[in-house]
Amino acid sequence: MQYLIAFLVGGAICATAQLIFDTAKCSSAHVLVGLVCLGAVLNGLGLYEPFQEFAGAGALIPVVGFGSSITTGMIAEVKRLGWEGLFTGAFEITGLGLAASVVFSAIFALISKPHR
Amino acid sequence: MQPKEYQQLVQENLPPRPIAKNMLWAFFVGGLICALGQVVLNIAKSFERTKNEAAAVTLAAMILLGTILTALGVYDEIAEKAGAGAAVPITGFANTVTSAAMDFRREGFLLGMGAKMFVIAGPVIVYGILSGFVVALIKSLVLGLL
Amino acid sequence: MSNRIGRRTLVFSKGPRITSRYTLVGPREGRGPHALDFHEIMGDDTLGQKTAEKTERLMLEIAIAKTLEQHGTEVHDLQFLIAGDLLNQITTSNLAASTHAVPFIGIYGACSTFAEALGLAAVLLQGDFADQVMVGTASHYQTAERQFRYPIELNVQHLATNQVTVTGAAAAILSFADRGPHLTHATFGQVVDMGLKDPQDMGSAMAPAAFQTIKDHLADTGRSLEDYDIVFTGDLGKQGSKMLRVLLERENYTGLERLQDGGSRIFGPGQAVGAGGSGAACIAVMTLGYILNCLESAKAKRVLVVATGALLSALTVLQGESIPCIAHAVVLEQ
Repeated sequence: MQYLIAFLVGGAICATAQLIFDTAKCSSAHVLVGLVCLGAVLNGLGLYEPFQEFAGAGALIPVVGFGSSITTGMIAEVKRLGWEGLFTGAFEITGLGLAASVVFSAIFALISKPHR
Repeated sequence: MQPKEYQQLVQENLPPRPIAKNMLWAFFVGGLICALGQVVLNIAKSFERTKNEAAAVTLAAMILLGTILTALGVYDEIAEKAGAGAAVPITGFANTVTSAAMDFRREGFLLGMGAKMFVIAGPVIVYGILSGFVVALIKSLVLGLL
Repeated sequence: MSNRIGRRTLVFSKGPRITSRYTLVGPREGRGPHALDFHEIMGDDTLGQKTAEKTERLMLEIAIAKTLEQHGTEVHDLQFLIAGDLLNQITTSNLAASTHAVPFIGIYGACSTFAEALGLAAVLLQGDFADQVMVGTASHYQTAERQFRYPIELNVQHLATNQVTVTGAAAAILSFADRGPHLTHATFGQVVDMGLKDPQDMGSAMAPAAFQTIKDHLADTGRSLEDYDIVFTGDLGKQGSKMLRVLLERENYTGLERLQDGGSRIFGPGQAVGAGGSGAACIAVMTLGYILNCLESAKAKRVLVVATGALLSALTVLQGESIPCIAHAVVLEQ
């Protein structure tokens, strides 16, 4: 059941993004940035975390979740440290992913070449 | 002919985009990736102490998946059909970083790959942090945390 | 002035001809419907080189070398080498020229470069400034993607109006030797900018430039499209060709059935290339391959070649500029 919800929610988010991309004729970059900011805003409004409880990976995996995770991290760190938390919290949750993307990309860039 | 007139003509003659087909593909591929992410998340939850840690590990695993599929030359082919279904999940983020790293490696490891690894992903990171900052600041003030 | 007719067209009464040529294309083009029109098809798109930029340069060098061979001439017998390509500062041409000791005229016309080169070569011959001029160009899918668009492996969903850069290289020698088609006229185009800003649809941006040059050429020569067996545009692609037809029909031009487009023809229907091929090599390999074969086999007697180019850069797009375009025409007659 969890898997079905993740599938449906994740799929719906992607389909909506596709619709915006095809009708508003904006670039992919614009849509992705919009989604990230949306994630931050929904998190601030207290909506995204319960949504993530419900939808699991369906809310975590899309880039909307990235924006939400940044905000969660910042608020958690503010509670712990005060104003410094606004900065230290940025990579609380997302840090692992960012460092991972650098490390993995560097490794694979070493061993593979672009195709076509 | 005036530019405005020609621009109008171009708009009238543009091939229509297959919106419904694109949305269906985005739905299926994006949904599939998220379902896969759920599998990973459940496994991670059984190992990690907090749900934040489980989330972090899941993201890392999905990033690795995106990197591998990019290195294999497969991710862009998936994206041709799937569009947002490939761009929106975090695997798409990994793809932007890996594809840039692979491409710019030939200009050297420092000034090529090193400098340009985040050339495509940059906006997402920058605006993720900027919007998070604004939201967290406002919320912290509202909640009296600051 | 007897070298000019009308406002913009040059006439080459001395009879310069394309007396030798060589075309080299990548594997994808080699799987297309015109595979047999090209002299050589690459086995892969690297030619054993470490970077695609090195490959592109090697391709041009091969085309130049083979053309010299075919002509039975040495580099020092040429008076000029005219070449250009799509890369910043035309590096491919510069580096290829650096291995040939001949005065080098580097030009940039985006995808119209080859016709620009042919026209200039004919001018030099007509003016007795030379009797053997080499022209050449090359492009490569990966180098163009990197410079103008995105990393190769990036997730991008291409649109129906997107075009694919042709991997290819072509060179030719113009001289007064007694073989090959005559280059009888050239009409260099003005820059035409209709305020279009979408780099995903360059065909629509280039069509007005092609229209202007065709219009000027026909007015100057007093000819109509029916005076040509083929009116061959470089790489308007499906979308650009459509827009050119719309423009011609609105002004009641006839003979539109003679229109053919290199970009639309170089790839086959099963090759998933959006609106068709583009790139500096597209018009070059299709003209020197397909069109010259048509002229040689008498399938056509007189062809108007109209090469189009979009004069944008990666920066102009980001800075919100529109896309100025240009089209140069030459007449080839057997």
